[in-house]
Amino acid sequence: MRLGIARKTLLHLLLAIGGVAMILPFLWMVSTSLKPEREIFHYPPVWLPSAWQWGNYGRAMESAAFGQYFINTTIYATMVTVANLLLCSMAAYAFARLRFRGRDTLFVLVLGTMMIPAQVTMVPVFIMLKRCPLVGGNDWLGMGGHGLLNTYPGLILPAAVGAFGIFLLRQFFMTLPRELEDAARIDGCSEAGIYWRIILPLSKPALATLGIFTFTAAWNEFLWPLLITSKDSMRTLQLGLQVFQSQYTTRWDLLMAGTVVVTLPVLIIFLAGQRYFTRGIAMSGIKG
Amino acid sequence: MRQGEKSRGSTGVGRASKREARTAWLFLAPGLALFVLFVLVPVVAALYLSLCRYDIIHSPVWVGARNYARIGEDLSNHGVFYLSLRNTAQYALGTVPVGMALALGLALLVNAGLRGISVHRTTYYLPVVTSLVAISMVWMWLYDPSYGLLNYGLELLSRAVSFVTGHKVMIPPQTWLGNPGQAMAAIVVMSIWRGLGYNMVIYLAGLQGIPEHLYEAALIDGASRWQRFRAITWPLLKPTTAFILVTSVIGASQVFAQVYVMTNGGPNNSTTTIVHQIFQNAFSFLKMGYASAMAFVLFVIIFALSLITLRLTRGGQVEYA
Repeated sequence: MRLGIARKTLLHLLLAIGGVAMILPFLWMVSTSLKPEREIFHYPPVWLPSAWQWGNYGRAMESAAFGQYFINTTIYATMVTVANLLLCSMAAYAFARLRFRGRDTLFVLVLGTMMIPAQVTMVPVFIMLKRCPLVGGNDWLGMGGHGLLNTYPGLILPAAVGAFGIFLLRQFFMTLPRELEDAARIDGCSEAGIYWRIILPLSKPALATLGIFTFTAAWNEFLWPLLITSKDSMRTLQLGLQVFQSQYTTRWDLLMAGTVVVTLPVLIIFLAGQRYFTRGIAMSGIKG
Repeated sequence: MRQGEKSRGSTGVGRASKREARTAWLFLAPGLALFVLFVLVPVVAALYLSLCRYDIIHSPVWVGARNYARIGEDLSNHGVFYLSLRNTAQYALGTVPVGMALALGLALLVNAGLRGISVHRTTYYLPVVTSLVAISMVWMWLYDPSYGLLNYGLELLSRAVSFVTGHKVMIPPQTWLGNPGQAMAAIVVMSIWRGLGYNMVIYLAGLQGIPEHLYEAALIDGASRWQRFRAITWPLLKPTTAFILVTSVIGASQVFAQVYVMTNGGPNNSTTTIVHQIFQNAFSFLKMGYASAMAFVLFVIIFALSLITLRLTRGGQVEYA
């Protein structure tokens, strides 16, 4: 489609106006996080701080164990991502490349689990983790202690594999040419070798997409850490931020500083790996 | 991780395929085990729990369908669960149609193939990657009744209107999240803002799948912009629209984090949602049985809505030759 200069300018202008509305909350967040307290409670609002209060960040970080939250979230999100990449790709390889009885039925069943809302399973999973025998002070019947609550495995295991990831990777594996594999088989390469040395290296874009998706989803996850962790030392950033908010309801300077810190890592990941985001969504959208 | 790298010595076809099947199950085993442990078993357990009274301290007591009967009573008495259903429906009706229309409009604009358009795409996508907790807090601050940017915007608007019309117009500051009549709408606006970029990208992918030659043919036939949209774009986007509709409705029926952070269901239960009720009953009131029954009601609702939307959007598939 060819557009005239006037049309083009109008279009850009229109998109830019909407874009300002999209960006404004972020700018306001950053601006508030750097203001002295009296400029926060000022009407009409002060757009930019008269003196930039970088100390707000230090004070926010001291007011809650954000350092610990950061470590917890990093461990949680990284482990969930690694587990998903490994387990989803292994399952996807079997579904895409190996023949066995009941394969297609099983695949449909796995996809079918996407229909089950997490809220149906969350209560039993919580109970199972709490009653996990012989850990966290539990006896062999799972009584007496807190089981896997407030532990990394409790946070990570239930999110370690996903039907969406299996689906995404299987679709990608199906598009890979078979010649390389056949050649490798003739050379005596095992299935595990083909998976590890041929399929995975060829699938870097799909793995990157799934990895980035899983990581940001885990980084932003709220409900699950809310159920599993009650100790401050095990909280994730999202949870820590919410608790922080309930304690410092009117300290908007500190709250916004905390929000910036929690938001920044995913924003950086997004800006660095943008094409993987859009490609991943496009893949899920078209095939869905 | 790696199994022994033996060559396929034997030539028997049956043996080879048996080995292939065994390898397949080895590859599937860890993933499937987790599915069984964290999806299949819990679903069955949830069904059992929904027929019990269970407070996690004492062992479950079988009560038959009593939890479901209580849900029925609550619905007919317009109790809290009824309110949560109503609020969730309001949230869905508020976010889904407007969100989809805006996303489609944006996708059409962004698809026009301008230079520098990717900047806009990034901008609109930005809120999608940020966490609901963080973004909810930012919007609470925007909605602040005394010092919030939104009420300031209303004041600026009143001044502008007064200036243009010559009459003194004054839109009073609103309490937004503190007002039972406005709180859900406030959450809806925030949620549309956050989800816009996601649906835009899916629509964009759909638009890019439409063959260019159809538009060229339509142009030769002298079709107007609107005619081209009606006859080509809209019908060919139908699968995309169906997909977005189903995922948006499912997502909307599970709304929780923004409610929990921004209002915790208040004021006067005006923003409590189904998942918020499940969460409260299970983990605040320790009524795990009742909460599981609610979760199954949610399951049935999601299942039914998905089937209905799929059925509705499947009719009239277009073929293009």
